[in-house]
Amino acid sequence: MTFQLFIFYLFSAVTLLSAVAVVTVRNPIYSALFLILAFFSSATTWVLLEAEFLGVVLVLVYVGAVMVLFLFVIMMLDIQVDTLKEGFIRYLPVGLLVAVAVAVEMILVMSSDVFKVDIPAPVPLSVDNTKALGEVLYTEYMYPFEIAAVILVVAMIAAIVLTMRRRKGVKKQNPSKQVRVRRNDRLRIVKMKAEEKKS
Amino acid sequence: MIPLSHFLIVSALLFSISVAGIFLNRKNMIILLMCIELMLLAVNLNFIAFSHYLGDVAGQVFVFFILTVAAAEAAIGLAILVTVFRNRRTINVEELDEIKG
Repeated sequence: MTFQLFIFYLFSAVTLLSAVAVVTVRNPIYSALFLILAFFSSATTWVLLEAEFLGVVLVLVYVGAVMVLFLFVIMMLDIQVDTLKEGFIRYLPVGLLVAVAVAVEMILVMSSDVFKVDIPAPVPLSVDNTKALGEVLYTEYMYPFEIAAVILVVAMIAAIVLTMRRRKGVKKQNPSKQVRVRRNDRLRIVKMKAEEKKS
Repeated sequence: MIPLSHFLIVSALLFSISVAGIFLNRKNMIILLMCIELMLLAVNLNFIAFSHYLGDVAGQVFVFFILTVAAAEAAIGLAILVTVFRNRRTINVEELDEIKG
C-alpha cells in the first residue's frame, strides 16, 4: 500500500464515520462538530486530488463561516434535546433500506471496469492550481462568477429580511419627524391676565 | 496509485449516509440542513475526482459555484429556521403542517 493510498483510506474513513455520527448523535451541537470534522477530512482528500485551492476554501468558508453560523443558530435556539430523536427508531428501517439501496446501486455502477483506472500521477508543485482556476474563472466563466456574486447578495438580503422584525411598543426616535417639526406644532402662546393676589 | 472508483465509492457512501440522515431526523430541521450540506460535499468530491482524472479544471470551477450556492442556501435556510422557531417555538418538521390541504 502506497503512502497516498494510506492517507486516502485514513481520511475517507474519518469522513464517513463522522458523517454517520452527524446523523446519529443526540445533541445537535455534537452533530455540528462532527460535520466540521467531516469537512476537514474531506478537504484533505481534495488536496490529495490536487485541488488545493478548493481544499483551503472548504476549510475557510465552511469550517470558518458556515459551521460557525450553524453552531450560532443551534446555541441561540432553545431546543429540547430529549425529544429530538423520538422518531428515530420508527424511521430506522425505511431509512436504512433506502440508504443501503442507494449505496449498493451506486457501488455496483462505480466498481465497473470503466472507473477502475488510476488517477494521474501527482504533478510537481510548480504547477499552480490556484492560478489555473483563476485563469478560467475570470475569463471563460466570467458571467457565472458574476451571477454567483448576485446570489450571495440575494442570500444576504433575504437572510436580513427574513429575520428582521418590528417590535411593538418600542420607544424610538424618528429623525425625519423630529427635523420636520415646526414651532407652531408644539408651542402655543396663550395671553391671559395676571391673576390677582387673594387677600 | 489510487483508482478513480475509490473516490466515487466514498462519495456514494457519503451521499447515502446523508439520505439516511434525512429519513432518520424528522424531528430536527437543523440536522436536515446539515444532511444537505453532506450531500453537496459528496457531489463536490465526485466533481473534483473527475476533474483531476480528466485533467480539466472546469470541474473545480463548478465546485466553486456549488460552494457559493451552498453557503447562500445555508444562510437562507438558517434564517427561515430562526423565523419558524420564533413563531412556533419548535423546529420539529412534523409539527410544521399548517399548509397541508
